[in-house]
Amino acid sequence: MASAAQVTVVAKTLADPTRRAVFERIAREGEVAATSLVRGSKVSQPAVSQHLRALREAGLVTERRDGRHIHYRVAPKGLAPLIDWLGHHQTFWRERFENLEKLLKETE
Amino acid sequence: MRETRAITVEKVLPYTAEKIWHTLTSSELIAKWLMPNDFVAAVGHRFNFRTRPMGDWDGVVHCEVLACEPSRLLRYSWKGGSDSSTSPAPRLDTSVTWTLTPAAGGTHLKMVHDGFVLPENQSAYDAMSPGWGRVADRIGDLTAQG
Repeated sequence: MASAAQVTVVAKTLADPTRRAVFERIAREGEVAATSLVRGSKVSQPAVSQHLRALREAGLVTERRDGRHIHYRVAPKGLAPLIDWLGHHQTFWRERFENLEKLLKETE
Repeated sequence: MRETRAITVEKVLPYTAEKIWHTLTSSELIAKWLMPNDFVAAVGHRFNFRTRPMGDWDGVVHCEVLACEPSRLLRYSWKGGSDSSTSPAPRLDTSVTWTLTPAAGGTHLKMVHDGFVLPENQSAYDAMSPGWGRVADRIGDLTAQG
């Protein structure tokens, strides 16, 4: 189950435009070596590394080591918390329940 | 195998079951706390909730009253969403159950929204699918909510 916290982590991780661009590029290319990500971008190597770490920690990408190279690909279920309707509905019902309580109070 | 999940929200409210029941079953009041609707508290009655369209979903929730025991139990089906594998609002075939139980200090109100199928279609997660744009749009909403 995607908790509200997981949804928030994924959403916040992808809220950074540069990081999202890195993620989109990995998604587009299937599998990309970190070195090639740095080459094809205006972002510095440490910055790319940091974004890759954040993406990995959010469960959005997986890494594969091949000698000196690390290759990245999109984690198949990484976006699940966002697409997972459950998280959305949990928030939805919590809010509606609060509305219900307010309305009951108003009509006392 | 289809694995389903439920959402539960519950609380003891300092009101009588009758008063809460009225709020749960009056179309006019439901519109105030939930969504615009044409609800009638009668088993077999079909009705809709209307919300903001999302992606290729028109925002209409199709419902039918499945159980109705005044001041005790209310259950309706809750169907909506889109069949598109990339939709941010995937197809839902679920039900919502409200139970009211007398409790110290008022009434224990419990809502269970059951029947969520966990997405398994890998293509739905292909970030570069046409759905990605819509998913990205939702990120802002979700961040705002979080």
